[in-house]
Amino acid sequence: MRILRRSMLFIPGNSPNMIQNAGILGADSIILDVEDAVSIDEKDSARNLIMHALEEVDFYGCEVVVRVNAPSTAFGEKDLREITPKRPDAFMIPMATEEEIRLADAIISEIEKEEGIEVGSIKLVPIAETAYAVESIADIIRTSKRIEAVLLGAEDLTADMEISRTKEGGEIYYARNKIANICKAFKIQAIDTPFADVSDSKGLIEDTLKGKSLGMTGKAAINPRQVDTIHHVYTPSQEEIQYAKSVIDAMKEANKAGKGVFSFEGKMIDAPIILRAETVIRKAILAGMLNEEAMK
Amino acid sequence: MKINKVARAGTMESSDIFIMVQPGDNQGLDIRLSSVVIDQYGNHIRNVIMETLKSMNIEDIELTANDRGALDYTIRSRVETAVKRAL
Amino acid sequence: MKNILGREIPDSVTLPNRQIRLFSGVQVRHEDVVKKSVKTRVADPTEGKVIHDIKKAIEKSGLKDGMTISFHHHLRNGDYVMNLIMAEIAEMGIKDLSIAASSIFPIQAPLVKHMESGTVTGVYAAYMSGPVAKAISEGKLKNPAVMHTHGGRSRAIECGDLKIDVAFIGAPTCDPMGNINGTEGKSACGSLGYANSDALYADRVIAVTDNLVVYPACPIEITQEYVDYVLVVDSIGDPKGIVSGTTQITKDPVGLKIAKNTIRVIEASGLLKEGMSFQTGAGGTSLAVASYLKDIMKEKRITGSFMSGGITGYLVDMLDEGLFKCIMDVQCFDLSAIDSLKRNKNHQIMSASMYGNPHNKGALVNVLDIVILGATEIDLNFNVNVTTDSNGYIMGGSGGHSDTAAGAKLSIVVSQLFKGRLPAVVDEVTTVSTPGETVDVLVTERGIAINPLRQDLIEKMKKHNVPVMTIKELQDVAEKMIGKPEKIQRSDKIVSVVEYRDGTIIDVVYQVKDQ
Repeated sequence: MRILRRSMLFIPGNSPNMIQNAGILGADSIILDVEDAVSIDEKDSARNLIMHALEEVDFYGCEVVVRVNAPSTAFGEKDLREITPKRPDAFMIPMATEEEIRLADAIISEIEKEEGIEVGSIKLVPIAETAYAVESIADIIRTSKRIEAVLLGAEDLTADMEISRTKEGGEIYYARNKIANICKAFKIQAIDTPFADVSDSKGLIEDTLKGKSLGMTGKAAINPRQVDTIHHVYTPSQEEIQYAKSVIDAMKEANKAGKGVFSFEGKMIDAPIILRAETVIRKAILAGMLNEEAMK
Repeated sequence: MKINKVARAGTMESSDIFIMVQPGDNQGLDIRLSSVVIDQYGNHIRNVIMETLKSMNIEDIELTANDRGALDYTIRSRVETAVKRAL
Repeated sequence: MKNILGREIPDSVTLPNRQIRLFSGVQVRHEDVVKKSVKTRVADPTEGKVIHDIKKAIEKSGLKDGMTISFHHHLRNGDYVMNLIMAEIAEMGIKDLSIAASSIFPIQAPLVKHMESGTVTGVYAAYMSGPVAKAISEGKLKNPAVMHTHGGRSRAIECGDLKIDVAFIGAPTCDPMGNINGTEGKSACGSLGYANSDALYADRVIAVTDNLVVYPACPIEITQEYVDYVLVVDSIGDPKGIVSGTTQITKDPVGLKIAKNTIRVIEASGLLKEGMSFQTGAGGTSLAVASYLKDIMKEKRITGSFMSGGITGYLVDMLDEGLFKCIMDVQCFDLSAIDSLKRNKNHQIMSASMYGNPHNKGALVNVLDIVILGATEIDLNFNVNVTTDSNGYIMGGSGGHSDTAAGAKLSIVVSQLFKGRLPAVVDEVTTVSTPGETVDVLVTERGIAINPLRQDLIEKMKKHNVPVMTIKELQDVAEKMIGKPEKIQRSDKIVSVVEYRDGTIIDVVYQVKDQ
């Protein structure tokens, strides 16, 4: 986990007003979208606008991801070829299959070499949005070393499954489970599908918690107003951080005293609890809630 | 590069610029600009458009721009797209 | 001569009946001031006050060439009163009048032709927008318009700097003896706070009503002993223009980001506590600040003392939810505010003098904790322009801006760092409306700057991990994105004199260059 991706915020790729303000909206990642947000007639202008934006707009340290069209399409190939030289942090690949990822990886590698960019530095985030992709996600992840996260795309997935998409999300329980578990196995991030009803803040909290409870590590947002809520769910609370710090401190004490197993607040502390505490601390540091120095 | 047909790019939304290009009448770079910030940035915007056209080796063009407060990157991009569409 | 802010005030600037004093800092001198004596025509008990003919009312008022007449702006962009009266005055051939309106709106467009014909040669206002402001900017008014603050207008009227010969007071409900009530009637506008000084200090006062009721018109806002005549007309205003629809909290992510940053400043300032007082405008971003404030006050179980200024439904909801104990209302912006005024005894009307007059025995702004303000431009010394736009046209005015900035413990200017490529932070503002000495914080979507005069605030921000920048750094952030605008050309003719709330001259506005 190099960077935190609690939230990944979609920004329409042909809107200068949204693009130049994207970096101040608080999201960990922003996704400049040339796929669904852009009509067929405007793919060229959005692509060009994103190229210029990557060169000139300050995104204030946000991770900048470009969602391209599927690499096997003419649009997608052009997106990758033309945008790679402008060095986005990552590309998001829709309708992911092994073949799409292989294609994307090959094109990016080719351009990286041509442009003198370190090969492999541009990352990939496949979207699992078909029944096939959910089922084959492990194979898809194995296809490229560039993959750092997988986004679950529930709208297309449920369409593919011919089932209805509900607010409660019972229909994507399996997909969330599967994606979360496999991503954890590969030590990459699992990004939950966005919550569609922008005005329902309570629904957003519930939906985000649902994803988190199954092991998702972040969530896509389709409106800047969703970012704070998502962060609230995916950022360790002050209580969690305090507890984790205490566990680590107690562990250090125990180590000094040469004790392997120790108890803290009357509870035996073993490896899983320490691991959990360490994860909380790492997230808190990445979220800027803890000073790294203070933990040394 | 030669402009062969009428083409457009951009929108009339805030922070965007709408560009329309068409083949010139051997008058060189003929730019007609209207802008919500014409007094403050008119000359600058005109320069950005000129430079973009020159960098694309366009020598003869009629370009109409309606600016809604676009930043330079947007102006460059919309001019490029309009020209590419007109080639 | 240059004033203390370095603004050139040419010696040619003159004001009727008084000496020019240049702005020399906001410090209020605790000295005796004398209010003007008021001429009162003793009423004839056998004669009624009610008149049904506009011309007759004007004749009875004794209006002559060269006089000053006043209007209030509580009917906002639905006001028919000024247009009705001015049309008749023009017809009667009276010339060279000055209009002292608390504010001027687009609906008052007919004033432009009265300016061109010489019927009107002077204008006083705290705020103006629309065709009249444009015409004045283009030099169509004979004498420079005097722009003051809401509190400054009361001060000027009370001390006689601004002598009103006849006040025409739009009265949503009125009785035959001239008792005025703002909350009832088809043209209800709620508070009549800006008309109060006019009623008390004008030589003649005419209530203009479209809802004459049986005596007495309770609850009475302006009482009969100040009113000479009651002029009854068909309609004093268009309800659609009087009250706006409910103002919505902004959905613009940039506006929300500004509001969030503002809340961080408020939290870190230490003023977010039991008994706090708060004022904000009716704009979408200002309301977003109120909305976030509401959440935090609920969470921390804080009850504030009062909210003040122009009142919207959003503030009414906060009152109803018990987050504040009172509303002090100088002007109602919407129906919900008027309704609250009628039903809630903790929603109280205040006069403009009580609100912001610096030369009385204490204005409300002096006990205000936090005010959220706007800005068209702000310079590196935090001087704010809310009077002219970036092309030099008048499009606003201080209103209560300078009054609240001077009084509040924490005055926060909220603004996009640039809008349509025009920067908020500039080397030199087109017009100084409010002196930087009274502006504590600038909050933008890309950063927060604290006035170096407020080292205490800078320390508090540091302590609470609120990132602050210098205002110069903020300017640099903007210029990196938008470049530096060219300076606007203007002519040498002065079209407006801008008064600070104490009556000193803080700036002048020049005629725009011919287009």
